[in-house]
Amino acid sequence: MRNWWKSGAPWIWLTASAVTISIVVVVGLLMLIAVRGLGHFWPAAVMEANYLTPEGQQIRLIGELRDEETVPAYKEPKIQVEGDSITRYLIKIGNREINKLDFRWVLAQNLSNIHHPKNLVVIERHEWGNFYGYLKAVKENGQIVSEGETAWGELQQRLARTLKIHEALHEIERGEIGKINYGLEQLRLQKRRLELSNDTDPVKHANIEEEKSVLNLAYEKLANELGELNTSAARDSFTVEIMDGQEIDIQMSKVVRIIRPNSLSLTQKVGHYFEKGWEFLTADPREANTEGGVFPAIFGTVMMVIIMAIVVTPFGVIAAVYLREYAKQGFLTRTIRIAVNNLAGVPSIVYGVFGLGFFVYFLGGSIDQIFYPEALPAPTFGTPGIFWSSLTLAILTVPVVIVSTEEGLSRIPSAIREGSLALGATKAETLWRTILPMASPAMMTGLILAIARAAGEVAPLMLVGVVKLAPSLVADANYPFLHLERKFMHLGFHIYDVGFQSPNVEAARPLVYATAFLLVAVIVMLNLAAIWIRNRLREQYKSLETT
Amino acid sequence: MMTAPNKTISSNDPATLRRRQWRMLKDKIARYGMTLGGISVIITIMLIFFYLLYVVLPLLLPASMEEAHQYEVPSQTAGNTLYLAAEEKSEVGVRFTDKAHAVFFYLADGSIISDIALPTPTDAKLTSFNHADSAQQVVAFGFDNGQALVVKHHYDVKFTLNESGDNDRTIHPSIQYPMGEDLIEVDEQGQALTQLAVQMGEEENTLVAITPDHRLIVAGFTKEVDFFDESVTLERDGGELPLPKLEIAYLLLDKEQKVVYLADKAGLSTRVDIRDKTEPQVLQQVQLVENGTQLTSLTFLTGNISLLVGDSRGKITQWFPVRDKNGGESLAKIREFDAQNTPIVDISPEERRKGFLTADSEGQIGIYHSTAHRTLLVEPITNANITHIAVAPRAKRLLAEDDANQFHVWNIENEHPEVSWSALWSKVWYEDHEEPKHMWQSSSASNDFEPKFSLTPLAFGTLKAAFYAMLIAVPLAIFGGIYSAYFMSPAMRGTVKPTIEIMEALPTVILGFLAGLWLAPVVEANLPGIFALLLLLPMGILLTAYGWRFMPKIVKYHISDGWEAALLIPVVIFVAWISFLLSPPLELWFFEGDMPQWLNSVGIDFDQRNALVVGLAMGLAVIPSIFSITEDAVFNVPKHLTSGSLALGATPWQTMTRVVILTASPGIFSAVMIGMGRAVGETMIVLMATGNTAVMDFSIFQGLRTLSANIAVEMPESEVHSTHFRILFLSGLVLFIFTFFLNTIAEVVRHRLRRKYSNL
Repeated sequence: MRNWWKSGAPWIWLTASAVTISIVVVVGLLMLIAVRGLGHFWPAAVMEANYLTPEGQQIRLIGELRDEETVPAYKEPKIQVEGDSITRYLIKIGNREINKLDFRWVLAQNLSNIHHPKNLVVIERHEWGNFYGYLKAVKENGQIVSEGETAWGELQQRLARTLKIHEALHEIERGEIGKINYGLEQLRLQKRRLELSNDTDPVKHANIEEEKSVLNLAYEKLANELGELNTSAARDSFTVEIMDGQEIDIQMSKVVRIIRPNSLSLTQKVGHYFEKGWEFLTADPREANTEGGVFPAIFGTVMMVIIMAIVVTPFGVIAAVYLREYAKQGFLTRTIRIAVNNLAGVPSIVYGVFGLGFFVYFLGGSIDQIFYPEALPAPTFGTPGIFWSSLTLAILTVPVVIVSTEEGLSRIPSAIREGSLALGATKAETLWRTILPMASPAMMTGLILAIARAAGEVAPLMLVGVVKLAPSLVADANYPFLHLERKFMHLGFHIYDVGFQSPNVEAARPLVYATAFLLVAVIVMLNLAAIWIRNRLREQYKSLETT
Repeated sequence: MMTAPNKTISSNDPATLRRRQWRMLKDKIARYGMTLGGISVIITIMLIFFYLLYVVLPLLLPASMEEAHQYEVPSQTAGNTLYLAAEEKSEVGVRFTDKAHAVFFYLADGSIISDIALPTPTDAKLTSFNHADSAQQVVAFGFDNGQALVVKHHYDVKFTLNESGDNDRTIHPSIQYPMGEDLIEVDEQGQALTQLAVQMGEEENTLVAITPDHRLIVAGFTKEVDFFDESVTLERDGGELPLPKLEIAYLLLDKEQKVVYLADKAGLSTRVDIRDKTEPQVLQQVQLVENGTQLTSLTFLTGNISLLVGDSRGKITQWFPVRDKNGGESLAKIREFDAQNTPIVDISPEERRKGFLTADSEGQIGIYHSTAHRTLLVEPITNANITHIAVAPRAKRLLAEDDANQFHVWNIENEHPEVSWSALWSKVWYEDHEEPKHMWQSSSASNDFEPKFSLTPLAFGTLKAAFYAMLIAVPLAIFGGIYSAYFMSPAMRGTVKPTIEIMEALPTVILGFLAGLWLAPVVEANLPGIFALLLLLPMGILLTAYGWRFMPKIVKYHISDGWEAALLIPVVIFVAWISFLLSPPLELWFFEGDMPQWLNSVGIDFDQRNALVVGLAMGLAVIPSIFSITEDAVFNVPKHLTSGSLALGATPWQTMTRVVILTASPGIFSAVMIGMGRAVGETMIVLMATGNTAVMDFSIFQGLRTLSANIAVEMPESEVHSTHFRILFLSGLVLFIFTFFLNTIAEVVRHRLRRKYSNL
């Protein structure tokens, strides 16, 4: 024993455990996010049960079982229990406008007769969250058209029709009317520009007025169309019996999806799972971001990262090439290296502060003064936006590109450079024709790592351009198509905002896990790709050196 | 067969030359371009530093003042000035005179807009005058028949279109009578009002006065608007308080209409509670100035909580009521300003900040800020004696009148008086607090809120969070780095290193979100389990290690050295599971069933989102950086050193502790520095995993607020270029400088180490 202790073996095991703990924690966290995030889309069974409330009332509960906790009985001395622990269920009872709260904790021991009726319906709505109950009748203009068993089929058909109308409505509202509003705003700015330059040319003013009236006319036409569609969408409704026995009328136009989860077969459930997953990736958020999809956040993140990549790649590569190929190793390179390390080590929030002050207020403010005086005092570039976010993150991620490119350059055998120079190529030509192509996978690695870093960074973005709900995407069909001054949504900020700023955190939680899973998956994949490229590269260079 | 070459390869024909020149030029351009690109990294970091500094610097600038206009006092026939004021835009001024006139004039040239004789009783003499809180723009005149007149100076801003199509702004001053044009009977006995004070509220108005027969009269007037003809009637209720036979020279009433201060020339002041107007009560008597000095000026600081006392030696002191141990309140001297040497004639508080201006009898003006305890400027503006001063509502203009009948208008440049070294870092005695404190409370809706800009609690929170994070990260990361560099089998390292890289790439927002929404409740529910884990885990590992010795040879043979970490995976999971299982019984045995509640009962506050959660989450975020650098430093220790040590009979562990760690220690040091830098600046984790309350308590069970989280929370709401905005930039600069030092030290140390390795 003593010898064993003196040999240091226990210490080696202890150091080994440090690695083990780190790995277990990381893998555990990734699994936690994956399980919770991916579970979100599976259609949960809906239960019906009798519940004895603490007030002694016997009521009927309908809802999804969302969580379960068991606490030792001594923690809740007020509750009479059999055994030494209390089990509680968190039930999502939905029907927010009637029940006030979507969720309810109930004591497991007071639940009886738990069963899962096949004809329970779950109604996903545009507003107010889920609705649970039994379908009673389908109505057209208030007249019952179908009841009982046939109602479900009728409902499906009519829902399909209403959804089609809803899509058309959405198309008009967001697409065409959005375009007209954008056009009108541009005309207003044109007019203001003329005023500012004291241009009183009546022809120009008349042109603007004319275009304006054309747009207004188009708008009126669309507004009429909208009105018609709205009345047509309002035709159908249906009646649902909820858990306290009330029958509630629901407008078909308020519904996104209706399912009977308890009667779904496994394949149908899988189908529903992918449908929901697809909705998550492609749809707009609803209900203050707590439901629906995260498409704008994905789009914003990707656009921001692309613009950043355009800026950061040349900057990082040039700096790395200078350090490795041009600079004499000395004071200057040491200073640059210290600067690179500091850029990597400065807290990201400091970049946010700098970006806000320098890019947004200083550069953006100046740009507004010079190029967009017609919009003042409303700022164009003098307010946080995607371009400034991209620039800020470009500075933040430039060390990643530099370090990675430098590593790639340092692995290229000097024989290749010397060979090229010996054949009469200038240094620039050597660089351009041989070194950079060989180092391009390394640059790629750097770029991928930079993108992964930028995609997960949130703190600086909170200051320089991210918002919880952006009214329009950064790129759209209106000239000039890419609107660099707009604010945008971001996956990471979405997690923070929905998880911590949302009024209904409990309802939002599954969506936050799903978003977190999406972000983590993207970032892990990017990193794995970078690691893979790098390893391949190293092997290639190894073979270069040996031949 | 030979063909004459019709093209000779010549290096000197013009086309080739041009081509070569062009190539050389390109080469040169590339060289300069690359150099510029390289140096731009330095430029970037310098730009960040200097830009932050540029935004912060105005905080440190002193105030300055320059003369704008000087002219004869306007309309001298209207009488001598009693009170001066300016309106919001600092274009029009007003002076109220001892002949009960209101003279409105343009500040730019002294030209008179109107000279209004106020409706005074013909048979009574003006005996007293006072003004309400300056934001109310109300003044009151008291007469020797016990009556008073309350008037308001009011300004309408009108816009008229001029020829060039722009709007011209004109300001139209007027006099209004908020309590009606009739005189108000303050003293029902009709005695002269020798001192008077007034304050107006939404419905309640109060006038207090002193009569020659030493009575303090309190008169409240409640406005009642008639439902039909909207005529206003005033309901009077009031009381009296007999006073000792003192020559009261100063009478102040606070704008909440709750407290009255009286003081005589010798500085003996009395605080009177008038919450019940029918029964005023003396609360306290205090001597405001030192013996041998005279009280020469007394006024409220904005907010009407603090008294500003000017004495005949030129000293200004600030007093406010402080709650004492017995639950009572007593007036205490908070701080003093001693920059002027001659009697303070007038003090004019700023309307929207806790600053004030003073005038002394030598014609000097002082600009001060109370909270920051800062003397911003003392400068003479005239050789004559100043009689009255006033500061415009936005505190950008000073109005002063001297006894040579000259009127002075000065422009003040004083953007950020709230900041001083002591306000940022030392304890400050804020209004309504019992004692000096470190506090951060930056904003509030009202103008007279006292902003509390102490960075100390934030810096404390930052270091606290970093400390707990390092406490968890440093042992794990350094041990792990050492193991994986030196003991781990290469095959296993091939999977461990990418995992650590992925760990480094995990967005902190994810870690923060998990810490706040998942880990914090879990920790709260299993608190004893967490601590049991800390104890059981090393024990379990040592037991496993000991047990491994007795494993059959055949098993050991198949698993070569360097796989200990993999073998331990089930052990770690098992011990964690056991610890959580043990949590409820432990809680029942030792902590009366609920550890957080038990902690509270023994006097340790417990927050759900506390430093423990932050430490765990941020520790996880910091581990990879420390791990990689440590691993790198240990791995690069020259092989001949370790081989030599092993050859001489040292065990691997002895080689590790006596040779490897010693050689690699600078690298490990720089790893810790870089990890520290990361922990100090991390934002999202602390933002989400703590309650963000700026408390100064090192307890692991309490929340905290860091500099970085503070920036993230408050920056979007702060007004551009305000003091608050610049202080947030200052906290950014502090973070920058701190991490700059850590990173630079780390880099220099690592550079030295690399050189050392190459020499070995």
